[in-house]
Amino acid sequence: MFKMVNLSFNAVSFLSVCVLYSVLYHRFDSQEARIQMPLAFLLWVTHNNAEMTTVDPPNIAMTSIMGNWPCNSAKKANTGHIGTKSIQSLIMVPEVSEYIVMAFCFLFNLLSAVKRLPEHIQVDDPAVVRKLAKKLERQQIPLRSDYGYKVSLFSHLHQYSRKAPLTQQISIPATVIHPSIVRLGLQYSQGIVAGSNARSVALLHAFKQVIQDYSTPPNEELARDLVNKLKPYISFLNQCRPLSASMGNAIKYIKKEISNIPSQYKEEEAKKKLLSCVDSYVNEKITLAAKGISKYAIDKISDGDVILVYGCSSLVNHILCEAFEKQRKFRVIVVDSRPRLEGREALRRLVNRGIRCTYVLISAVSYVLPEVSKVFLGAHALLANGYVMSRVGTSQIALVAKAYNVPVLVCCETYKFCERVQTDSFVSNELDDPDDLIVTRKGKTHLADWQSETSLGLLNLVYDVTPPDFVDLVITELGMIPCTSVPVVLRVKNVDQ
Amino acid sequence: MELQAVLMAAGGGSRMMDLTYNTPKPLLPVGNRPLIWYPLNLLERAGFEEVIVITTKEVQKALSTDQRLKLDVKMKLNVECIQEDADMGTADALRHIQQKLKTDILVVSCDLITDVALHEVVDLFRAHNATLSMLMSKCTSSRRRVPVKKAEREQRDFVGVDSAGKRLLFMANEADLDEGLIIKKSVMRKHPRMHIRTGLLDAHLYCLKRSVVDFLVENKSISSLRGELVPFLVRKQFSKTSISRREEDHSDQSQKRKDATAALDEALLQLASERSCWNDHSGDMSEAYHGGRLRCYAHIMQEGTCYRVNTLTSYVEANRVAPKLFEEAAVHPSAVISERSQVGGDSIIGASCHIADKTSIKRSTIGASTIVKEKVKITNSIIMNSVTIEEGCNIQGSVICNNAVIGRGADIKYCLVGSGQRIEAEAERTNDVIVGSDQLMEI
Repeated sequence: MFKMVNLSFNAVSFLSVCVLYSVLYHRFDSQEARIQMPLAFLLWVTHNNAEMTTVDPPNIAMTSIMGNWPCNSAKKANTGHIGTKSIQSLIMVPEVSEYIVMAFCFLFNLLSAVKRLPEHIQVDDPAVVRKLAKKLERQQIPLRSDYGYKVSLFSHLHQYSRKAPLTQQISIPATVIHPSIVRLGLQYSQGIVAGSNARSVALLHAFKQVIQDYSTPPNEELARDLVNKLKPYISFLNQCRPLSASMGNAIKYIKKEISNIPSQYKEEEAKKKLLSCVDSYVNEKITLAAKGISKYAIDKISDGDVILVYGCSSLVNHILCEAFEKQRKFRVIVVDSRPRLEGREALRRLVNRGIRCTYVLISAVSYVLPEVSKVFLGAHALLANGYVMSRVGTSQIALVAKAYNVPVLVCCETYKFCERVQTDSFVSNELDDPDDLIVTRKGKTHLADWQSETSLGLLNLVYDVTPPDFVDLVITELGMIPCTSVPVVLRVKNVDQ
Repeated sequence: MELQAVLMAAGGGSRMMDLTYNTPKPLLPVGNRPLIWYPLNLLERAGFEEVIVITTKEVQKALSTDQRLKLDVKMKLNVECIQEDADMGTADALRHIQQKLKTDILVVSCDLITDVALHEVVDLFRAHNATLSMLMSKCTSSRRRVPVKKAEREQRDFVGVDSAGKRLLFMANEADLDEGLIIKKSVMRKHPRMHIRTGLLDAHLYCLKRSVVDFLVENKSISSLRGELVPFLVRKQFSKTSISRREEDHSDQSQKRKDATAALDEALLQLASERSCWNDHSGDMSEAYHGGRLRCYAHIMQEGTCYRVNTLTSYVEANRVAPKLFEEAAVHPSAVISERSQVGGDSIIGASCHIADKTSIKRSTIGASTIVKEKVKITNSIIMNSVTIEEGCNIQGSVICNNAVIGRGADIKYCLVGSGQRIEAEAERTNDVIVGSDQLMEI
């Protein structure tokens, strides 16, 4: 009779776990959690069959799941503690089968601790592409197809054509995606909004419009529903142009703020709070940070300096304009490179202020460097191992400057710091439209049909990484730090949050 | 909602009175479908779910009773009626429905037949935050002989675009110019390279910002979009006091709270454009768009079909080309065609037609319920609904309107036979317009 009770108990709990699993399947955020449930149950079943006593079923199952659940540490400690107590009170003689299952669980945990590769750098893997296509189909976002022949070293990255925007596959007027997000995506893909700061600010502006036009559907909570609404928009923007690190951090911040809205807030209050959060983020991380950085940087600019800048970095331009207003005497050499020729825009802004400028192309850098006293560089992102990710050509400038013993100062706000680690420019980069490299001189376009040449590939890289050995100082709003202190800043930021 | 579509279907067809005196222009058959079907199809393919149609009562009745339209068009049509004799211009019509317009609008004319990818026009509107974005097409001149009553001299349109071919810099009609083109020096300084083109067809498809509708409400003197508003906006791009300045005066009357949030949003947008390293031109010291708030863009179609059916010539052209736009059986299944007749592949036969033996139909459109008797030869013609063509007729390059009867053995070349007219037997007409006597008074 005891056996019957045990068996029936087994059956009931098995059914309940099945029901629970199917209900919670989609709530599990990671693949690990999805597999853990049945594994934990398997462990419990084998344990149960090893001895005839009634067991504390939920606790053991929960312990092994909680051990890998991405929750914060306090909760973790609590349940782990309870779990071990119950296990201690219940474990008698574990059988071989139990050992096998436990070993499997442990191994699985170990392997799943390795972070999966993001899908945007696995374009040559058809399985990943299929998964992405399925995800986009579920979110009703069209898939943007790649264009042209990709150089083999970079065939794992997306390459889109500017002449085939994503908007030709969505309906006019946009119903699935908010109109301001469509406008933003279009401006990204056409390069009208370019530059890390500009992209983040424009993104936050578009999110403000989305929040203003949002209305909570009945039986839904604003905190959860709004985050779910933002997911397809982010996929859309990602398809238009891969997200930058600063945009990623801004999105993380917004999502956190939305999920932290207390449920008793009414919709109007919640929206007002979110809008003020966005405004304060822009104010603190971008506007005031720029002011702080200029203050530190101006200390480093002395009279008679010859400063070299590369491309058009909004922060570096801001610093130079402020320094000029504070009556520092210096002149600037603007280095530019094809195909973007962003240096012309930087040149225009500096000359408009009255700063004396020289303009050269990057091929002339080694000729110009003997007369340069400092190099100011902007950054797209600062990686956790101290590498600086910036416009392609920056690492060249830093290298040549190092060879000439010219100090290189990188100016970067802290919201651009990201936890990624990269040591080369191949693994994760962005491929721009290869047709941008085609130029028409004297009415002749030689590369007009480059696609018909089988042995020719056009490569238009956007970013490259500069090792920390070439960078002497990073100026942030927290102060002037060496490149290797980036993980410290990240750790301090995480603790703050 | 992003865009609201407005279809202007109240026009009288003043340049083809022979065709439109009986049938209103939106209902003229082109390829056996009413003319209004083509812009509605364009909007439906683009993804619109609702259209505001401004038309007369007659057309509204026809729209609600026409089975074919009801089946084909799945969008919701909000029909707004205006009086036929009110002589309203397109801008007046917009003013009439301004209560219904809540967002930016896309204005389409009912006589537009095109297969343009609408996103090209709307993308210019979105990406550059433009006030006006319009569609233009390279004109194709038709070389076929068509029945004309009097010489139709087209007034040329001068359109100036910048070197990229997207921004509108200058627009004027030959009629408004006295001696020559006058281009302001300020425009030349900002855009030193301008292409001026005369062979462009204005498709009358405009994307307008909501603030333009408000402006129209204030300025009741503007009555036509094409003739007055568009040249005005193009000129205003370069003037010192632009419309946006006037907007700021109006916004004092709107709610204060909306103003505060809007101002903050404006500041954010301003910050984004300041930090962005993009400029639409290079070579001078001004910022993107030369700091102008008002921008007008045009998308010029290089290839594809684009017709405006407002003259007889274009009507005939459109009839020839329109069938290729949609895939439908050229011969309607309910038409009765005898085996000994020759129907060319590029002809369209409407529903319930009777085509008898020994007839030859080439490159023509036959309307519904038409009866064609034996030994008839029809080439390059447009036959509308319920026409009877007796034996032995020879019809070439003509337009025969509804309910006409062509007598036996008639020889009609390059004629226009009006609605309900009778051509007597053995008649020989060339280059003639045969209409009822009550229409002859029109000069």
